Amino acid sequence: MPNKTKELLTKLGPLIGLILLVVVITILNPSFLTMDNLLNVLRQVSISALIAFGMTFVILTGGIDLSVGSTLGLTGAVAASLLASGTDPIIAMGVALILGLLLGAVNGVIITKGKAAPFIATLATMTIYRGITLVYTEGRPISGLGDGAAFQMFGKGYFLGIPVPVVTMILAFIVLYFILHKTTFGRRVYAVGGNEEAAKLSGISPDRIKIAVYAITGLLAAVSALILTSRLNSAQPTAGQSYELDAIAAVVLGGTSLTGGKGWIFGTLVGALIIGVLNNGMNLIGVSSFFQQVVKGAVILLAVLIDRKKTA
Amino acid sequence: MSKLIEMSGISKAFSGNVVLDNVSFELKPGEIHALMGENGAGKSTLMKILTGIYTRDAGTIKVDGQEVQFKSPKEAEALGIAVIHQELNILPDLTVTENLFLGKEKTYGFLGILKKKEMDEEAKVLLSRLGLDIDPRTRTGDLSVGKQQIIEIAKAIASDAKYIVMDEPTAALTDREIETLFVTINELKAKGIAFVYISHRMEEIFSICDRITILRDGTYVGVREIAHTSFDEIVSMMVGRELGERFPLRHAKIGDVKLKVENLSAKEAFDDVSFELRQGEILGVAGLMGAGRTEVAQALFGYRKTSAGSIYIDGKQVKINSPIDALKYKIGFVTEDRKTQGLVLDFSIKENIMLANLEKGSKSGIIVPKMEDELVAGYIEQLRIRTSSANAAAKSLSGGNQQKVVIAKWLGTQPEILILDEPTRGVDIGAKKEIYQIMNNLAEAGVSILMISSELPEVIGMADRVIIMREGKLTGMVPKESMTQENIMHYATGGDQHAQ
Repeated sequence: MPNKTKELLTKLGPLIGLILLVVVITILNPSFLTMDNLLNVLRQVSISALIAFGMTFVILTGGIDLSVGSTLGLTGAVAASLLASGTDPIIAMGVALILGLLLGAVNGVIITKGKAAPFIATLATMTIYRGITLVYTEGRPISGLGDGAAFQMFGKGYFLGIPVPVVTMILAFIVLYFILHKTTFGRRVYAVGGNEEAAKLSGISPDRIKIAVYAITGLLAAVSALILTSRLNSAQPTAGQSYELDAIAAVVLGGTSLTGGKGWIFGTLVGALIIGVLNNGMNLIGVSSFFQQVVKGAVILLAVLIDRKKTA
Repeated sequence: MSKLIEMSGISKAFSGNVVLDNVSFELKPGEIHALMGENGAGKSTLMKILTGIYTRDAGTIKVDGQEVQFKSPKEAEALGIAVIHQELNILPDLTVTENLFLGKEKTYGFLGILKKKEMDEEAKVLLSRLGLDIDPRTRTGDLSVGKQQIIEIAKAIASDAKYIVMDEPTAALTDREIETLFVTINELKAKGIAFVYISHRMEEIFSICDRITILRDGTYVGVREIAHTSFDEIVSMMVGRELGERFPLRHAKIGDVKLKVENLSAKEAFDDVSFELRQGEILGVAGLMGAGRTEVAQALFGYRKTSAGSIYIDGKQVKINSPIDALKYKIGFVTEDRKTQGLVLDFSIKENIMLANLEKGSKSGIIVPKMEDELVAGYIEQLRIRTSSANAAAKSLSGGNQQKVVIAKWLGTQPEILILDEPTRGVDIGAKKEIYQIMNNLAEAGVSILMISSELPEVIGMADRVIIMREGKLTGMVPKESMTQENIMHYATGGDQHAQ
């Protein structure tokens, strides 16, 4: 069926873009394609990819979550302060994850029960969560987090030669891919984004689905927070600032529509990798960090324009 | 006299789908020419070609003997062709004058400062010429729908229209308003303005029009002088066969009361509605647009808050606060607008059918593709949904097949009460009959059906009884034996409360 192949090509477009990018960077600086560097790229990508996975769910319902970076900051700070006061690492990490889930759910409740536009609601909670983090940390980094194995491994460890954050990212991807594409919950996420009214009239509760996707996003932001805090061995009160933009960019680069209902999480993984490879590659080639932003923005713009062309 | 507008050999296809094939149409000066045909016959496509919204694939259009090729509605307007759509094109928050002069305001020079007084004066003159005695500074939204309609006509006259296309102008009007509208139309006709009048209402057409052109399935069937034709001839030209076979026979056994609605009210929608629906019965709900019929259906389905009244199912009082509750009570709801309320257009046929049936295609929340495929294949076959694959996108289907997908979604829930809101709107004749057959089969299987319909022949052909609503109130009930279009319209328009 020609239609099927066309659809597949559209879906694989971002992947083709990523491969081209890798080829170009490798030609310009062959040291890109070393095992060490690739693992390094993946480890950097893992933090933004986890947030972008959550963002994919939110954007598929037609929403947006600007508060993910602040959620990362606050959950990281809480985990760090618990660790610094000698709490068991497993408990400290568990508290951070639950807190992330709750902060996300609060977004969902404001958006559904308060009937607030997601952009405005999460813009507000972005500011509030960041403010709470600053108050909580008194604006200072929290360090002295102890040497609990579970916590230290989470950001810095290796499993079979692969950095643990990368393993976490891959596991999260598999689980989330399954949830989105193989469960009734995933189908409902697409339905709510595709046509909320039809979904509601078919006996689906859009409110419940939305609260759940924002909670998932909060949870994933907390996972990222733990990786970042472990890697830095400290929690910065400003950690995660502007991470929401990279996450949204990754989702859009992956071909998910901002109007909801269309997209897939594999695309987001590819999108996050494109951004990661671009950052790393430009450093290797020696592009100035100021100019890097221009290139990154241009790539996102290009992706969106190509996407518009396809759908028009 | 010369012919004003002459369209001949017009053809048009959308992505290979032929909607008009060699169609002709002519409009003489000062005539009112009805354009009739079933939904999907091609009336609106033909008029969109005439008014420059679509371009034709083949054929010629002559206006006053000159061949024309419109590239935009603006060009058609410049030659004096105006359209008044079913959904009025009026900005309710502007005054009557502002609406009349929209886009052609009179100003002092290039600064855009409005000549308010002058426009108000001119509007006043124009309105009184049309027999409308209102202050042109009134907010247009405060006027009745009938008056708004006449303002639309005034708008067309103000831009020197010589040919006015009216699409279902009376759908939302009361009898009195229709009379006023007809007087206005006749006066303009006397001044040489020609009308194309699209309507499903035979009586109106026979009372006001001079000629009728009939289309069927995108082809030209013929043109008749009103004076030399009859209802029956027109109907058989429209459907291409006798009316009798449009509605298949039904052998349903009507049982006990399944659904009982008592004094149901919802704020700003409907008031004090009571009726009963029996097992195996098809109960028609007739009325004009905006009479509150859809709102009652929404309330029964938990999609609209009620302010008073009670609902009983199988004799037990129930509270339906959400569609989720409605599903629990085995109610299904095929909504009026399948594109905005019935389907997720980007979803496949399968995903759409499964939308209300996710539990039936999954085990503990995990989708089992084989269960879904089997269930969906069954409905595709049973309802004869024409598609190459269950994975085809819903948006790629024709109106009739889309409607069948929505029906299949609800059949999957095994409803005991099925609400159908305009079940055959925008569906071609063949698919229409299939939908009627599906309804009959359901009724024969004991499903109770509430059918909201604005097409009176459909109500008369399908319903066992009909209830009629007007302005949010239930105004009457007519049993099968005494159903006539006149009878039902009287209740719907408030024309005569004593007819029965």
